[in-house]
Amino acid sequence: MSTHATGGGRLDAVRKRLQAPKLPRPRRDRGVLREEEVVPWSVGDRIGVAAAWFCGLLLCAIAAAIVLYMLVRGLQYLSVGALFEHPVILSTTQSTGTAGGYLDPIEGTLILTALGTLIALPIGVGTAVWLSEYGRPAGLARAVESGVEIVAGTPTIVLAIFGLLVFTQGAFGFLSFTAEGGAVFGRSFFIAGIMMSLIAIPLIVGATRESLQSIPAHVREASYALGKDKISTIRRVLLPAARKGIATGTTLGMGRIAGDTAIVVILLGATPLEPQGDVPILRVLQGTGSTLTSYVYNNSPAGEGNAPQKAYAAAFVLLIIVILMNFFVDLISRQRSDPWAR
Amino acid sequence: MSNRFGLQKAGPRNRSDRRAELLLGALACVVLALIAGMIIFVFEKAWPSFSHNGFDWFSPFAGGNVDDELVHIFESPSNPAQYVYEMHAWPLIYATILITATAVIISTVFAVLSAMFIVEFAPEGIRRLLEPVVRLLAAVPSVIYGLIGILVVVKFFGDHLITQSARDSVAGVAALNGFSWGVGALILTVMITPIMIAIVVDALRAVPIGWREGSVSLGVNRWRAMWTVSVRAARPAIVAAAVLATARALGEAIMLSMVTGSVGFKPQPIDGLIFFVEPARPLAATIVDNAEGLSVVPFAQTLYAYAAVLLVSAAFLSFGGWYIRRRLRAYTLSPI
Repeated sequence: MSTHATGGGRLDAVRKRLQAPKLPRPRRDRGVLREEEVVPWSVGDRIGVAAAWFCGLLLCAIAAAIVLYMLVRGLQYLSVGALFEHPVILSTTQSTGTAGGYLDPIEGTLILTALGTLIALPIGVGTAVWLSEYGRPAGLARAVESGVEIVAGTPTIVLAIFGLLVFTQGAFGFLSFTAEGGAVFGRSFFIAGIMMSLIAIPLIVGATRESLQSIPAHVREASYALGKDKISTIRRVLLPAARKGIATGTTLGMGRIAGDTAIVVILLGATPLEPQGDVPILRVLQGTGSTLTSYVYNNSPAGEGNAPQKAYAAAFVLLIIVILMNFFVDLISRQRSDPWAR
Repeated sequence: MSNRFGLQKAGPRNRSDRRAELLLGALACVVLALIAGMIIFVFEKAWPSFSHNGFDWFSPFAGGNVDDELVHIFESPSNPAQYVYEMHAWPLIYATILITATAVIISTVFAVLSAMFIVEFAPEGIRRLLEPVVRLLAAVPSVIYGLIGILVVVKFFGDHLITQSARDSVAGVAALNGFSWGVGALILTVMITPIMIAIVVDALRAVPIGWREGSVSLGVNRWRAMWTVSVRAARPAIVAAAVLATARALGEAIMLSMVTGSVGFKPQPIDGLIFFVEPARPLAATIVDNAEGLSVVPFAQTLYAYAAVLLVSAAFLSFGGWYIRRRLRAYTLSPI
């Protein structure tokens, strides 16, 4: 009996909900019905829309504030000459001065970004192609997939001290330099670049896979029908078609590499460029250095330098680099992508 | 492995193709081995710290001052038998959870509303402005956020918002100078919101237009159609975005080490408003702050223990997110 009663109550509720809403009678004197006249906006709805507007505008305000503030500070403290000067080593001068330039950190950022991208690109694209075109055995593919996802979620500081753990082993001595007594230093562009590539790999894998999967099946079939085997189809048809996705992922990865600090502080030493050994290019890559991010960090009040002017100027340069990369991503994604789109 | 096209994995094969498959598979396995190696190496290195402390490592009731413990570990004798390992890391874990949870909760609300604004309510001009703005905010390096935080926000809090009486009330316990977990959470919110917005916007756009049109034609207004149909259908993507944002927030080291005051203090909610400006220090920031000590063996092992905790949380997050997404997907057709 009681179950029947509650069932009836629920039925009533459903019936009530199904009843047509009471619409206000349309006014004849206006030609067009306004939306508000048809459906009443409750107070909650209005608050919701207002909140959405507020959030959107606040976002614009925050971005404008950051960019304008950095612009003002950057122009205030940045001189063109300083871009091409070596920094003054902190311990030897008064750290409050504005002496010294940012040549070493800028070079460091460029070298590290290039190195990290060069390592990440083949591994990322290869993994993505395997995942999307082969992916057998399925269990292994799933494991690789979740592995990549875990890397994407791993804090860079953890990657950094893991790198230190691995590359101070004697076997990797050739990547940095070995002090007398066999202790491996474990800090160099090579090592930082390898760990940095781990940041970029998930982004490259994700973007490449997505664009490979969006290539219609008939494109593959057409290539097979022309007698191409699978690998040449991948090389000649699929990869060129996925170029845009690969480029987007790579540029995003470059941005992340250029913006990371933790790995640089721990695996690059955050020193001025200090080449090791005497082979021309290798000596730079085996040596330690700094990037704009570590330079900003060390010169902020949190680091040992405490020279906010330098930090602002370097951060401004960094922000410009990041904005340029952003712009390239935009440019790439605006290109007509899908040659098979109707 | 969703495979939208049946023929994708088939195709003509010959010997060179088989070789290519093996090569690419090996490449993927290298990535996998690296991750497995990372987890094993970090845990192996971290084990002494966990095994010496047992459950006290994580326990909220273990007491003790983290910073003092770190100093003791750093100064432990060089004889391996006399290494000091005592570490009750709860204040650091608490700070990590507090900052991450605050930032993620605020930014989830904020990101969903902003995404709805971008997709539905924004006039064309503002929408076109907002999309690059979101991408830009997501791309700004954390050290720049940290710099602005330490030189502007922290200064503002310290000079204008914290009164002398507030300072006196906790004198001797914690220094209120603007460096605080509240500032950290605030800036973290700004950092992770754009990441979430990008994902939620994509998902809201992917909701079939017919669903919303259907609800609008039943006499529902734009807000309700958005809120009850689109946002609901996009729930798996919102979860995915929140998971990604949580991972970023957990691992944020540099910015938080710059603005949270770097004191192993446990902010006390009973302090009222002062609670929000009390200093703290999360796990990741502790590793950065103490990186010079990595050459001292027991100290390094303690830092690797922090790293292991972060690593496990990241792995759990990605599996938990995958599980929740799968559960939610039963109710929607969302492609994510």
